[in-house]
Amino acid sequence: MAVLSYIQAITKALAEEMKRDEKVFVLGEDVGVRGGVFRATNGLYEQFGEERVIDTPLAESAIAGVGIGAAMYGMRPVAEMQFADFILPAVNQIISEAAKMRYRSNNDWTCPITIRAPYGGGVHGALYHSQSIEAVFANQPGLKIVMPATPRDAKGLLKSAIRDPDPVLFFEHKRAYRMLKEEVPETDELIPIGEADVKREGSDITVITYGLCVHFALEAANNLAEEGIDAHILDLRTIYPLDQDAIIKAASKTGKVLLITEDNKEGSILGEVAAIISEHCLFDLDAPIQRIAGPDVPAMPYAPPLEKEFMVNKDKIEQAMRSLAEF
Amino acid sequence: MTINRHESLGLSDQDVLELYRMMLLARRVDERMWLLNRAGKIPFVVSCQGQEAQQVGAAFALDREKDYTAPYYRDVGVVLALGMTARELMLQAFAKAEDPNSGGRQMPGHFGAKKLRMLSGSSPVTTQVPHAVGIGLAAKIEKKDIVSFVTLGEGSSNQGDFHEGLNFASVHKLPVIVMVENNQYAISIPLKKQVACEKISDRALGYGIPGITVDGNDPLAVYQAVKQAADRARASEGPTLIETVSYRLTPHSSDDDDSVYRNKEEVEEAKKKDGVLTFAQYLRDLNILTDSVESDLEQSLKEEIDQATTYAEAASYAEPKSIYHHVYGE
Repeated sequence: MAVLSYIQAITKALAEEMKRDEKVFVLGEDVGVRGGVFRATNGLYEQFGEERVIDTPLAESAIAGVGIGAAMYGMRPVAEMQFADFILPAVNQIISEAAKMRYRSNNDWTCPITIRAPYGGGVHGALYHSQSIEAVFANQPGLKIVMPATPRDAKGLLKSAIRDPDPVLFFEHKRAYRMLKEEVPETDELIPIGEADVKREGSDITVITYGLCVHFALEAANNLAEEGIDAHILDLRTIYPLDQDAIIKAASKTGKVLLITEDNKEGSILGEVAAIISEHCLFDLDAPIQRIAGPDVPAMPYAPPLEKEFMVNKDKIEQAMRSLAEF
Repeated sequence: MTINRHESLGLSDQDVLELYRMMLLARRVDERMWLLNRAGKIPFVVSCQGQEAQQVGAAFALDREKDYTAPYYRDVGVVLALGMTARELMLQAFAKAEDPNSGGRQMPGHFGAKKLRMLSGSSPVTTQVPHAVGIGLAAKIEKKDIVSFVTLGEGSSNQGDFHEGLNFASVHKLPVIVMVENNQYAISIPLKKQVACEKISDRALGYGIPGITVDGNDPLAVYQAVKQAADRARASEGPTLIETVSYRLTPHSSDDDDSVYRNKEEVEEAKKKDGVLTFAQYLRDLNILTDSVESDLEQSLKEEIDQATTYAEAASYAEPKSIYHHVYGE
């Protein structure tokens, strides 16, 4: 097994899928000659040519909409939004079109598109290069939303997304791109969409989170283990539709639940996770459900101390986990 | 004396008679739907009346065995010419399970049928333009001889997706035909309050592609324009923007009252140029549409529509529990 960074895992998944299936192609801004502004499509242009690694005009609704049309034809487009923040002009195409294509045509037409977008803060990206925008899409049946936390998951889930018969939004934490590295199997590993994953077994408290926050929670859990606090960590991986069984099982296991997201708190998907736990686990709970999230301000500012104030980090998580364990 | 204009386009007398039959079928189906609506039998109609000539003329210029289309909600003439039947349109109007467009899930006018390579459409306007461009892109990647044809109204040419889609198709020289059916009104807003340019086709200049305006009441002019655009597309010369000018003879929909925003005289004046009437006259002048052919045609269309209506009215709705199906692949 080779050690890959999160972004190398993304690139590898794309290359493997393009090699496997000629219907797979990539389109987006700067994805071709430049190899992507983050280099996620690095080398694909050279390997597969300009017809399958398409530099598009700067117009997000067309990137999504043209991809949708190609998907309806039977292609497997992988569209890149340069930043998740810039997906908003394409929302009509994603919600009105991609999400509803199968349903509105009574299963006649389908839309197997994957839309990748880097999200998340802590990279000095200010308001419009830092946001978590998954909640915008997380009540749209017909869509699937995947937010992997590790290189191995990123590769296996992206391959599954490309092969999925329905539209998948695939959000990659841009700070994870080069920060996270791990051994990733050389094999054609597919990780199923719709299944959460226990990233750490524990018996005292349960942390349920996704994306880069999984990494911070694991670091915090390692520190707390030295204090005798044993945390159970569930990585949602797919945040829409949610893996309800896994959430119920993880919450019931310890009865003390901390939910974490980098998104603004009110209206984030944590509210839905909390509702699932409330509906199913009331008598298993030993403490009120706790949440850590970004504050309810529009987005994170640029200046380093202001960005730090917004961001979820290991220390904030560790403190909340300790308090919950002591409850 | 009327000059034969169809022969030089490669159309036989039989072809133009069939073209007229399709236009008239669209008109008569549409008229029947209004009656059914006013009788309380179907909840909604959105009309093709006044646009049949351009719709059928355009569809006849495509390769109806392999080209793809993304029609908009007024395109009764387009979808009939592509192979949808009066019965299928009535099943859609009555929202019955057998409706091939959506099984009764969508409102009338939201066309789509994979067997006809007709993309499924929605209600937010102009979203179909990028989809049609995506078909063109797929055709180019797969090296398939396919033309992608998409229509919209003139008001929709203001949407971002019109610009984004046309620009994409033009930069990548994709085999796409974008036809704007300019019927002078976007619900109540007249053309001069929608755009400041003289012609919708002027917008082609910004994309570096040909833009042409033709008389939408003349099916032969539209046929010729679409044929030339299709030839361009097949020769990898890129997209064409076509504007067909006509007039919306009905209110926007069965829920609209057009007397609030336009006067009867204007509508009556437009009716004189109605393509269904003027093309019939052309065919009569050339002795192609004789009295006996015409009365046989009207009779057979009436029977076809009667049978379609009876069938659709008696057909079943989808099971209520079916709403849970086809959210995702099963």
